[in-house]
Amino acid sequence: MTLSLDPAAQILAEAAQTDTPPVVEPEAPNGQGQVAQFGPDEPLTMDAGVVLAPFQIAYQTAGTLNADRSNAVLICHALTGDQHFAHTHPVTGKRGWWETLVGPGKPIDTDRYFVVCSNVVGSCMGSTGPASVDPETGRAYGLDFPLVTIRDMVRAQAMLLDRLGIRDLFLCIGGSMGGMQVLQWAALYPERVFAAMPIATGARHSAQNIAFHEVGRQAIMADPAWAEGRYLDMGTRPAKGLGVARMGAHITYLSEPALHRKFGRRFQGGSAPTFSFNADFQIESYLRHQGLSFVERFDANAYLYLTRAMDYFDLAADHGGVLAKAFKGTKTRFCVMSFTSDWLFPTADSRAIVHALNAASAAVAFVEVESDKGHDAFLLDEPVMFAAARGFIDAAARARGL
Amino acid sequence: MKQLRDVAPWDAAASLPQGERDGTRIDHLVVLGLVAPGARVLDIGCGDGTLLALLRDRRGVDGRGIELSREGVNACLARGLPVIQGDADTDLANYPDDAFDVVVLSQTIQATRNPRIVLEHLLRIGRQVVISFPNFGHWRVRAELGFRGRMPVTALMPEEWYETQNIHHCTIRDFVGLCRMVGARIEKATALDARGRPMRFSMPWWVWNLIGAQGVFLLSQEASEISSGPTRP
Repeated sequence: MTLSLDPAAQILAEAAQTDTPPVVEPEAPNGQGQVAQFGPDEPLTMDAGVVLAPFQIAYQTAGTLNADRSNAVLICHALTGDQHFAHTHPVTGKRGWWETLVGPGKPIDTDRYFVVCSNVVGSCMGSTGPASVDPETGRAYGLDFPLVTIRDMVRAQAMLLDRLGIRDLFLCIGGSMGGMQVLQWAALYPERVFAAMPIATGARHSAQNIAFHEVGRQAIMADPAWAEGRYLDMGTRPAKGLGVARMGAHITYLSEPALHRKFGRRFQGGSAPTFSFNADFQIESYLRHQGLSFVERFDANAYLYLTRAMDYFDLAADHGGVLAKAFKGTKTRFCVMSFTSDWLFPTADSRAIVHALNAASAAVAFVEVESDKGHDAFLLDEPVMFAAARGFIDAAARARGL
Repeated sequence: MKQLRDVAPWDAAASLPQGERDGTRIDHLVVLGLVAPGARVLDIGCGDGTLLALLRDRRGVDGRGIELSREGVNACLARGLPVIQGDADTDLANYPDDAFDVVVLSQTIQATRNPRIVLEHLLRIGRQVVISFPNFGHWRVRAELGFRGRMPVTALMPEEWYETQNIHHCTIRDFVGLCRMVGARIEKATALDARGRPMRFSMPWWVWNLIGAQGVFLLSQEASEISSGPTRP
């Protein structure tokens, strides 16, 4: 795949014609893409009632911003996702997590659009989060980091787009926690979003989802190596706790039919039980592997913060309990998508969004994709999803004259 | 059916947009003839979006759709039409009052679980409602039932009784009764023949109920003298 990974030169060229001074962000040294630094004069005002400054946002881009800056796409990543949507991951070496959907000739065509994806504030892949160094103490924030909300993430993204000279987005798209950000974008900055695609998401986190997150957080906190969140000072990591949290969460991303098809009751390396607590079953081995590999790339405190951000998300509550008010008068065109076997963000959650958009007289399309792959289907090869996305995005591009 | 005498039979054929026929379905042309430029239109059961695209391209309407099938929704998305996957029984309640200038329900009301509530929602969310349905009072249907003693299978109702989606059949006369019950004003009404062509000649209602293959009604929400009249048929 040939992607134009360096938009800086392009921005520089375009900026000669505009008032906005060009900002060429430095390349992050650890392969996290580019980093936008925000100094004490540009604080992030957070819902927790504090300001965060200085802070930084790591991001990746693909494609080229056009002359009138009208072809920008913002991809919002999910809970444990990152900015490497179409780029080799610096830690795992894996390919970009949304190369199924994004790339030359793909529904989000990098030959036509300038695609940006930033690591959310509070995460650990180059953006400021609990693992970052607190300038006041010289050590990692840990639990001194302010609680982050979905709205804080979106505000930080808006500051990044300001920095990049992107006035408004052609498309804002994301799944799961990324979908929450898309909804928040449409509610907070309606004039900056031409088209929005919230996928496999909800306008609020359900009690069941909060419950699953709490189990994960308690697993992390129960690990003695967590050390009340100060593990980085001590040079340890709560790998066991974070691994268990990931194992539990991973089950919620799949579905019973998908698990059965993939693993069934098959034994790992044999055909009989070992009469021990070894990983006899393939599914056990798989989950343990998921836990171990996750620990290598993710910070435990960041996991606490981001799960909390999702728990706190309730877009209707922010608008007097009426979700439709979040979208009052919106000109944004929406395409909402859900998957039949997703029990984490079931179709009913998407329908609630659609009904609110209808009540707000918004232009909304809705597709429920038949899939037995569970919540994670939005990351996988789902031709029906791609066909629907292509139809929606192409039509939106025609409407915007792209 | 004397209450209907006040409703002038609607010569839909004469009001079809001229010079726009070019292979377009006649029932779509009927709708096209009713919708003002720039109107807000909701098409319930919009299929692949043919009508919505027609209204958008020729009338510049702000069209929305509801469609049950995923294939239909995908086809609509590809045309750039905002269509949601859903159905008339469950998805109308959330639309605000008077959200649309025209709401279209083609050949669908007989397949809903609760036609009366659906019709009330249509009248609530649309200033005008265009509704069409297969006429179960058509002579062919009557003949199938009356002489052969079998449930009818016709061009408009092509499935056998055990697989049809049509669970609430009605005649033109039945539908007029429902309109009266929910306080719908019948602005225009016509019957289409078996080929989908509007009947050109003014005829008594009982004739329409006998030879019309489908009924097409233009309704609005205000009550009229007709609907406030005696309910005796």
